[in-house]
Amino acid sequence: MAKAKLMDFDKALELYEPVLGFEVHVELNTETKMFSAAPNNFGAAPNTNLTPVCLGLPGSLPVVNEQAVRYSISLGLALGCSIAESSRFARKNYFYPDMAKNYQISQYDEPIAYEGEVEIELASGRVIHVPIERAHMEEDAGKLTHMGGSTGRIQGAEYSMVDYNRAGVPLVEIVTKPIVGTNEDAPEVGRQYVSIIRDMVIDLGISDAKMERGNLRCDANISLRPRGQEKLGTRTETKNVNSLRSVERAVRYEIQRQAYILSNGGSITQETRHWHEDTGETSAGRPKSDADDYRYFPEPDLLPVQPTAQLIEELRAQLPEAPTLRYRRLKGEWGFTDLEFQDIQNSGLLTEVSATVAAGASPQAARKWWTGEIARVANVQGVEATSLVSAENVAALAALVDAGTLTDKLARQVLEGVIAGEGTPQQVVDARGLAVVSDDGALIIAIDEALAAQPDVLEKIRDGKVQAAGAVIGAVMKAMRGQADAARVRELVLERAQA
Amino acid sequence: MTQTDLTRLSAADLSAKLASGEVSSVETTAAHLERIAEVDSEVHAFLHINARAHEVAASIDARRAAGEELGPLAGVPLAIKDVLVTTDMPSTSGSKILEGWMSPYDATVVARSRAAGLVPLGKTNMDEFAMGSSTEHSAYGPTHNPWDLTRIPGGSGGGSAAAVAAFETPLALGSDTGGSIRQPAHVTGTVGVKPTYGAVSRYGAIALASSLDQVGPCSRSVLDAGLLQDVIAGHDHHDSTSLPDAWPSMAAAAREGATGQVLKGLRVGVVKQLQGEGFQTGVTQRFTESLALLEAQGAEIVEIDAPHFEYAVAAYYLILPAEASSNLAKFDSVRFGLRVTPEGGGTVDHVMAATREAGFGPEVKRRIILGTYALSAGYYDAYYGSAQKVRTLIQRDFASAFSRVDVLASPSAPTTAFRLGEKLEDPMAMYLNDVTTIPANLAGIPGISVPNGLAPEDGLPVGIQFMAPAREDARLYRVGAALEALVEDQWGGPLWAQAPELRAGKGVN
Repeated sequence: MAKAKLMDFDKALELYEPVLGFEVHVELNTETKMFSAAPNNFGAAPNTNLTPVCLGLPGSLPVVNEQAVRYSISLGLALGCSIAESSRFARKNYFYPDMAKNYQISQYDEPIAYEGEVEIELASGRVIHVPIERAHMEEDAGKLTHMGGSTGRIQGAEYSMVDYNRAGVPLVEIVTKPIVGTNEDAPEVGRQYVSIIRDMVIDLGISDAKMERGNLRCDANISLRPRGQEKLGTRTETKNVNSLRSVERAVRYEIQRQAYILSNGGSITQETRHWHEDTGETSAGRPKSDADDYRYFPEPDLLPVQPTAQLIEELRAQLPEAPTLRYRRLKGEWGFTDLEFQDIQNSGLLTEVSATVAAGASPQAARKWWTGEIARVANVQGVEATSLVSAENVAALAALVDAGTLTDKLARQVLEGVIAGEGTPQQVVDARGLAVVSDDGALIIAIDEALAAQPDVLEKIRDGKVQAAGAVIGAVMKAMRGQADAARVRELVLERAQA
Repeated sequence: MTQTDLTRLSAADLSAKLASGEVSSVETTAAHLERIAEVDSEVHAFLHINARAHEVAASIDARRAAGEELGPLAGVPLAIKDVLVTTDMPSTSGSKILEGWMSPYDATVVARSRAAGLVPLGKTNMDEFAMGSSTEHSAYGPTHNPWDLTRIPGGSGGGSAAAVAAFETPLALGSDTGGSIRQPAHVTGTVGVKPTYGAVSRYGAIALASSLDQVGPCSRSVLDAGLLQDVIAGHDHHDSTSLPDAWPSMAAAAREGATGQVLKGLRVGVVKQLQGEGFQTGVTQRFTESLALLEAQGAEIVEIDAPHFEYAVAAYYLILPAEASSNLAKFDSVRFGLRVTPEGGGTVDHVMAATREAGFGPEVKRRIILGTYALSAGYYDAYYGSAQKVRTLIQRDFASAFSRVDVLASPSAPTTAFRLGEKLEDPMAMYLNDVTTIPANLAGIPGISVPNGLAPEDGLPVGIQFMAPAREDARLYRVGAALEALVEDQWGGPLWAQAPELRAGKGVN
């Protein structure tokens, strides 16, 4: 694949206005699937969470999951949408082996929620209102694994395996209207929008929202129009943008790629594009036109969904605080500077920091761990920070540091153990024997040995050259293999000098 | 009792004899299996015989002997249309694409029948995926009409109707999407009921057109049909379209109807559009005679205009193929059923296409193509959309009619059984067979076909259809049983007593 040529981002924005649109799929964490009593849980052995309905066996019929409907209504309300008095399922017909029935039960012209708005706040303090077109219920497809090829893609594969455990998992698809006027903030808007949706569904408790597991999936629609033009340009739909960072990068990439083509007299092909996390590029997928014919028609096996006004109001009353409002509140409560708070938001780790504070850590410690060491490891490993460690474990780690059991340096080693799956921080401390040596006796022996090797140090300290203690402290820390509290060692050395 | 005696008993009479211990289920089952062995090579009503029928019958006998309280149909044999999935017998829906396929679950109606102690004898033949009016579209060869083996037994449930008519079983389960229970009943001199849409669970009925399909009973008497509907009807949480209603006993309604009291003051509507041109003389003659019988008993005959019935067949042949094209998409070789790999291999698309090419018969392909077209962008409004509007208008015609009358009556089908092969090359002629039965499916209302004598010109059975408002199935059983009693009085016994004898290994004609 030849590398696409890109225009400089700033120049692209001088010439064109980007118009964004997002389709975010949220997997609901209901106990059972959208249309059957099969368990909805991640990680089961392939093809075990099944009923005849999941496999589309002859004669099987779907039955709507009431909990999924309630969750969808809650999400619709959180998105500021109106809830339809009557919404209907439809069949989206197309052949694909991960689709047990070769049609997907979705909602088409009568979605459960429509016309909403989500407020997001950028690092600069700029507020953007993202217009929501609709949120509708549907079922997920099974999972294909392509075998025998080098890339894991269908091209070149010898055969493919299908796991229908995911088939029928409840999804809500949230579709925005075209988002205009974002300009140079476009990549950040993308990231922040998806981040808000993620926080929203976590707050509602309706999804595990782990992007790396596909609980939350984002398709980004991007088009450019020359400055001053009213008509929208041709859009591309970038699929598989499954981390917050990727959303930002993909939007930026597509703007630069499309700008280069347009400025050179070319035209954009309406198509789906695949995002490649590794190279940070998109590649052409299936050409997509508005004429794609899924032969939608109302699902005759299901009745319309008609929630009572009472149920809707009940769910509205239970809505948690809107994420953007919560951000403002937390920033105040935690006493963070603008920069510190943006740091958390930019890393998409607010939920984790919040959970870590809730688990007992100080806001500063929670922030420091998540945006510092954990984010660094996540970056190195190329995964989401959230997938590495739980908020409870981070809080436990911070507590060990506060209690003086661990130094920062030791705590990083403990974190490494926790990430490696060795257990809770305490278990790692115990197993690796990483606790700070707080026994002064052992430290004094080591200090005496070090002083014996460097007899002039005590003299220098007594002469006021306190920094000379550094050499002894270094030697002691080395002898203790780092498992000593350097501050305590320093204190002891100074005491010796004054003795 | 002899085999002949046992196989000619109604389910109601068998029920009484089983309860009193006069006969056992093992004897009864054996008698029917023998009858099948004798005549089914000619009739070909069955696709599969239950190897465990004897065992099931024995267990019912043992339970009865142990003093267990059993339902009225316990120990009575039952034939099951192959559209209904069963765990102990293959379920093919008459198609090659499902040849030998074993379902891991029972259809709800099958499970309820088993729980009621009915003894499944086997699976009956049908037009492939219930598409047809003659069983000639079965991938496993046609069923023959026991009244005349050169003629069709109706369809799609020709197997179930023929099995009942040929005394191979007293009861059978069918499914009716546009007449597949009632039209075979008409041409085989038997009783067939399409209950209210939602009265009987569709779970485990291999879908043809989901908004039209309904499972129902086939029998030789109205009471027997009522006994079976009492077993299979009722809400099922596996089927969202099944009604939550509590149903009165249809058997009790049939017994009440047989007393004749129900006819006095009954308003019977005769739909102008369901008679006249295209209706065989003998069919019309018997229909008119039966109306006179009803009138003589105090019923009031009212002519009804249902102007939109004219468009019913056209609307039906858009809605049905549209839904079917989607319902049948699952037959792709990936998870179950036939798999055909093209020579030299190919992609999954090629395998799906080759499988569907080899596995589906011509009528199924025709309807998939029709339905796919009717749902296509740019055509949806003109075809599927318009058809749904017609459906609403037909529902209004019914609503208006039922504001004036208690039941509607029509001949169950326009003609007596035609000859095998006669309409096979003329789909339109075949489709028009269901002109009388289709409106009830489009409106979701119940319909019953009751034997109405023989057409003088060919000596073949004809039926009369009654239709009632949705949820008023019991009314149909009352009226059907009342007419049945009147005509049987005239004939000096049931219509089937006039049926020609089928001899072992050879038919009458």
